[in-house]
Amino acid sequence: MTSFLQDKQLTIALTGEIDHHSAKKTMQQIGEKIDLYLPNLCILDFKAVNFMDSSGIAIVINTLRRMREIGGQIKLSNVPPQPLKVLKTAGVERITSIEPREVMI
Amino acid sequence: MKYENYMNLEFPSKSANEAFARAAVASFAAQLDPNLDELGDIKTAVSEAVTNCIVHAYPDEIGTIVLKARILPGNVLDIVIKDKGCGIEDIAKAREPMFSTGGEERSGMGFTIMESFMHEVKVNSQRGKGTTVHMRRRIVRRGDKS
Repeated sequence: MTSFLQDKQLTIALTGEIDHHSAKKTMQQIGEKIDLYLPNLCILDFKAVNFMDSSGIAIVINTLRRMREIGGQIKLSNVPPQPLKVLKTAGVERITSIEPREVMI
Repeated sequence: MKYENYMNLEFPSKSANEAFARAAVASFAAQLDPNLDELGDIKTAVSEAVTNCIVHAYPDEIGTIVLKARILPGNVLDIVIKDKGCGIEDIAKAREPMFSTGGEERSGMGFTIMESFMHEVKVNSQRGKGTTVHMRRRIVRRGDKS
């Protein structure tokens, strides 16, 4: 998991397969970054995610909760079709902005 | 029911096996020539069912999970995921969106995802004896795909 901070915007790039096996650690790492940088906006970048199940929904909701606690917002970017479908099934697009990954032609 | 092919797997309820289980079913389903969306749906549903066994059926112990997949006539993938864990107290409640007994790491969307990603989902559970999840998904034949 790589991350960078620019103008109080924290971008966290998630990678690989997000499932229950990996979720706890990812959630912890995101929490630590937010506590460390106290950003205004946390961007979760899904570009390098090649699978996500409902564990990813819990990660997004947890991140949103933490950001709201410090008065910030979150955004999901570059979300590939499979994670997007899982997020939409849970209605996550109603509580945060989701930017799908651009289709490469 | 008459099957065209089948596979049976048995593995312990360790979370590292979530990735293994969905990859194994995806490899088996490949002979039905699914597209990426169909494969994604199947992998997600299997991941949810297996995770339920690991988190809920065997909360404090490592138990056995049995996964059976069959190919039925009509290009149908039939999946059974079975545990001998604690069973579900209230299946109707467990299937409700956003309901979970799993704490903040879980979203309560497992069954909702299985139901929206598969064509048929049946859950059979007996307290103290275990739970069986039976799912079916018909794979659209390549010529019929848009």
